[in-house]
Amino acid sequence: MAYVSSGVACSHVPVLGVASDTGNTDDDYYGPIFKGFEYSKQWIANEKPDVILLVYNDHCTAFDARIIPTFALGCAAEYAPADEGWGPRPVPVVKGHQTLSAHIAQSLILDSFDMTIVNEMEVDHGLTVPLTLMFGKPDEWPCPVVPLAVNVVQYPAPLGSRCYTLGKSIRKAIESFPENLKVCVFGTGGMSHQLQHERAGLINAEWDERFMNLLVNQPEKGSLIQPIEYLREAGSEGIELVMWYVMRGALNDTVEEMHRFYHVPASNTAVGHLILENR
Amino acid sequence: MADDKLYNDIPGTIVFDSDMAAKGFHLNQFCISLRMQANRDAYKADPEGYIDRYPMSAEQREAALNQQWNRLLELGGNIYYSSKLAAFHGINFQELAGLMTGMGSTAYREMMLNGGRSIEGNREKSEWQDN
Repeated sequence: MAYVSSGVACSHVPVLGVASDTGNTDDDYYGPIFKGFEYSKQWIANEKPDVILLVYNDHCTAFDARIIPTFALGCAAEYAPADEGWGPRPVPVVKGHQTLSAHIAQSLILDSFDMTIVNEMEVDHGLTVPLTLMFGKPDEWPCPVVPLAVNVVQYPAPLGSRCYTLGKSIRKAIESFPENLKVCVFGTGGMSHQLQHERAGLINAEWDERFMNLLVNQPEKGSLIQPIEYLREAGSEGIELVMWYVMRGALNDTVEEMHRFYHVPASNTAVGHLILENR
Repeated sequence: MADDKLYNDIPGTIVFDSDMAAKGFHLNQFCISLRMQANRDAYKADPEGYIDRYPMSAEQREAALNQQWNRLLELGGNIYYSSKLAAFHGINFQELAGLMTGMGSTAYREMMLNGGRSIEGNREKSEWQDN
C-alpha cells in the first residue's frame, strides 16, 4: 500500500527560481538562502520519495480570472513549466502520476471534498521553485509529482482548518492506493509577505515563528487561525500559509522536526522551511 | 450573508475579494494575456489597439496604459495579474513594490535587507492617520 512518510514546508519565492536558473545561488544575497536548503537536498536524496504530492497555488498563470477553483488536483501525465511573463523557467517538465492522481481525486470526492479535476495544466513558480530548492538542477526531476493547486489569490482562501482536514483526507486516499509507494507531501508558499500597495514589504518574524511552532506541535490549534489574522499579521499574500496545513494534515499528530530554516529577505518575502517526519 | 470586510481596516492593503474581482475582471484578463509572447508583441506594437480588445472602464484603461500600479489595485486589479503587465515593462516584483510604496527601488531593497516593514504601527488604518 502507498503511505505518507514525511512532509516538507517551504516558500516558493519566484526570485529563488531566477537565482538558480541564472547561477547566482552563491552570491551574498542568495547564498545564505540556498545554504538553508543544503541539509534538505541531502535529506531528500536519502528519503527517496516515489511520489511528491505538492500543494501550491497558481499565481494567475494556468488559471486566469475566468475559473478559480478552490482545490484543483492535477491528473495529467505531465505538466510543462509556464511562461509567467519572462519566458518559461528552463527546468525539466514535471511528470505526473496519473493513476495515483485519479485515485486521490475519486477518494477525496467520496470523502466529501469536491475537488476540481485538471487534466491539462501548466505549472508556475509555485510548483517549480520548491522542486528547485529541494533538488537543485537535475536533468530530470527525480520522481513524479501530484500537484494540488489551492486558490489563495481571490479572497477567501479556504480556511486553515479546512486545509488541515483535506490533508487528513489525502492521507486516507494515499493509504488506500494498492501500489507500494512512499509519498512525501509538500506544503508551499509564505511566509509573511505583502507584495501589494503601500504596505508592501511587511515581514512579521515573530508571527512566523509562532506559526511554525503551532504547525509542528499544536496543529489542531494552529489550523484555527482566521483569515483576518493571516491578512493583518502575515500580509495579504501571507495567507498562502494555509497550504502548509494540507501537508500537516497528511502527517501523524506527532511529528519529528528534522530541519527548520528561516531567512529574511528573498525579494519581498520571509523564507520559511520545515522538514517533518512521521513519528 | 455579506462578509463584514474586517480586512478593510488594514492600512495600505487592497484585499482582492469577490467584489474587487468582479470589478477588475476585464482588466485582469488583459494583464494575464501578456503572459504570452504573441500578445506581448501585439501590445508593444499597438498598446491602445491591443488594450481595446478588453472592455474595461476608461479609468482602468488609463491606469494600465500609464502604469499606475496602486490605482490598478484600487480599480479591481490583483497583484498577480498586474505583475504580468509589470513584467512586460521589465519590472520585477521587488521593483514593483518599490514603486507601489513610493519608496523607490533602493530604499525598498534596503528596508527588506534590514528585516522588512515592521508589523508595529502597520496593523490598523488608525495607526497611519497621524503620519
